[in-house]
Amino acid sequence: MWFKKKVKARPEEKLKLPTDLWVKCDTCGEILYRKELEKNLWICPKCEFHFRINCRTYIKLLLDDAQFDEQDAHLEPADPLLFPDYKKKIKSDQEKTNMKEAVVYGYAKIGGIPVVFTAMDFRFRGGSMGSVVGEKVARSIRAACEKRIPLIILSTSGGARMQEGILSLMQMAKTSAELALLAKESIPYVSILTNPTTAGVMASYASLGDIIIAEPGAELGFTGRRVIEQTIGEKLPPDFQRSKFMLEHGMVDLVVSRKDLKNTISKILKIIYHGSPATE
Amino acid sequence: MNGIWLDFERPIVELERKIEELKGLQGVEEEIQRLKTQAEKLKKRIYSNLNRWQHVQLARHPRRPYPLDLLPLMTQDFVELHGDRRFGDDPAVVAGIATIDGHRIAIVAQQKGRDTKEKIRRNFGMPHPEGFRKALRIMKMAAKFSLPVVTMIDTPGAYPGADAEERGQSEAIATNLFECATLPVPILVIILGEGASGGAIAIGLGDRVLMCENSFYSVISPEGCASILWRDSSKNKEAAEALKITAQDLKTLGIIDDIIPEPVGGAHMDFKLTAQNVKKAIIQTLDELSSEPQEELLTRRVEKFRKMGAVNE
Ligand SMILES: [Zn+2]
Repeated sequence: MWFKKKVKARPEEKLKLPTDLWVKCDTCGEILYRKELEKNLWICPKCEFHFRINCRTYIKLLLDDAQFDEQDAHLEPADPLLFPDYKKKIKSDQEKTNMKEAVVYGYAKIGGIPVVFTAMDFRFRGGSMGSVVGEKVARSIRAACEKRIPLIILSTSGGARMQEGILSLMQMAKTSAELALLAKESIPYVSILTNPTTAGVMASYASLGDIIIAEPGAELGFTGRRVIEQTIGEKLPPDFQRSKFMLEHGMVDLVVSRKDLKNTISKILKIIYHGSPATE
Repeated sequence: MNGIWLDFERPIVELERKIEELKGLQGVEEEIQRLKTQAEKLKKRIYSNLNRWQHVQLARHPRRPYPLDLLPLMTQDFVELHGDRRFGDDPAVVAGIATIDGHRIAIVAQQKGRDTKEKIRRNFGMPHPEGFRKALRIMKMAAKFSLPVVTMIDTPGAYPGADAEERGQSEAIATNLFECATLPVPILVIILGEGASGGAIAIGLGDRVLMCENSFYSVISPEGCASILWRDSSKNKEAAEALKITAQDLKTLGIIDDIIPEPVGGAHMDFKLTAQNVKKAIIQTLDELSSEPQEELLTRRVEKFRKMGAVNE
């Protein structure tokens, strides 16, 4: 990873304020009624800004009957380098999110088709990829391979996790290698990019989907905006590295509103997946 | 022995200068001998107690040998090949084919510049997407002609610029990892100097990973880590310690297979000896790898990276 960007407090945090009935849109400044916003899947009705939502919300949104048979939920990070304050930070994120790490994976159905669904969560260490994230993503790829069912990975990440040092960097190799094996079996992998997906995750599995779908307005790329601006010594236009920019530069297949995400995925799977799941 | 020297190298350089001065004089043989012994002791003391940041300094030493310094000392028939056939030719990546002691191989390496002009031309060894794509093109050709691949890593990172983003820096790195996982020829990875971040791993997936004694390999530069962690990029020393990035660290963590010894004081002290050591490691490793059946080789390659990581079940 490169340098971390300062991330503004997003809705989940803001809702804890006493004024949790109302939310201000980060992009257009509109004051929105929370209940309405929730009903609108956390999309600003005025400017279409997609607020960041957590992996549990995506499970409800994308999976048939919100049914999710989660696997390996117990996997926890170790502290292999005995990195300053790492254990403390992990503990605090675990309490905050009620998750053991920044990713979940499991079995589900989308539009009636069985899938392995893997979703990252930005609330946990900025969705950064350490050993456990890499391991769970790798296992989810293997699960798709063994069951012969499509793989959907929904990414959001600031990149590799610094506190696990070189072990984090190796997760890029690990996950990409598993995807190479999956590809040999002709099992589809749909990668969904949400705001933001950058650095080590973007430069490994997130960029390797047979089909890559981005949510509107997501920040996507290898190097963060601030570091690029420092490097080239100039300001970047506001749309730089956003989903539309990525579409125009040929890096993603589709930019799809959260409202149409489930439909789009199931439409695609119905066309490209004609294998039958492995029977036990 | 002139040029740029690091702080901790100075006492040695000064002692050696004194010895050189005395050499022209009569009747000082004893004194010279005494100074030489002293210099050897001093070297041993300094170089056996390097901290992690000093390793980083040696890895980035302005006199450190780069692939194009070492290759002519290892092979007589290196043919450099250019371009990614899509956009351009990235001078930060040098690729080609050669014979090393009977082994026909493909080489993919990162190349910094020596003087200012060359540094700029080679973008300080920071590849653009076309550099990674050139690397992949040559690796695929290597597979076609059954040539083992030797990669040499020496980069401060993938280039963090706007044009690199526009042309798909992420995609280029990811695709290299994806393709190298199943490339049907042996891949030997050597970290020569700086192995920083995504720019390094982009040519870092292989059957064997070796590090030169004073190289480093890290998820982020110590300066980058320091500026995130302590909002202070001058705390690079502390960051280097926390990140555990030396060859010895990575051997202990099970990330690399072996360490290639460097001349006392670092690779820059003796290019010939460095080339000899690297060459020896290449030959030895390729001898091992070429005897493995292809299918086993590929299974082991994926298995190798599958095992990396620290997870509490
Ligand atoms: Zn808005």
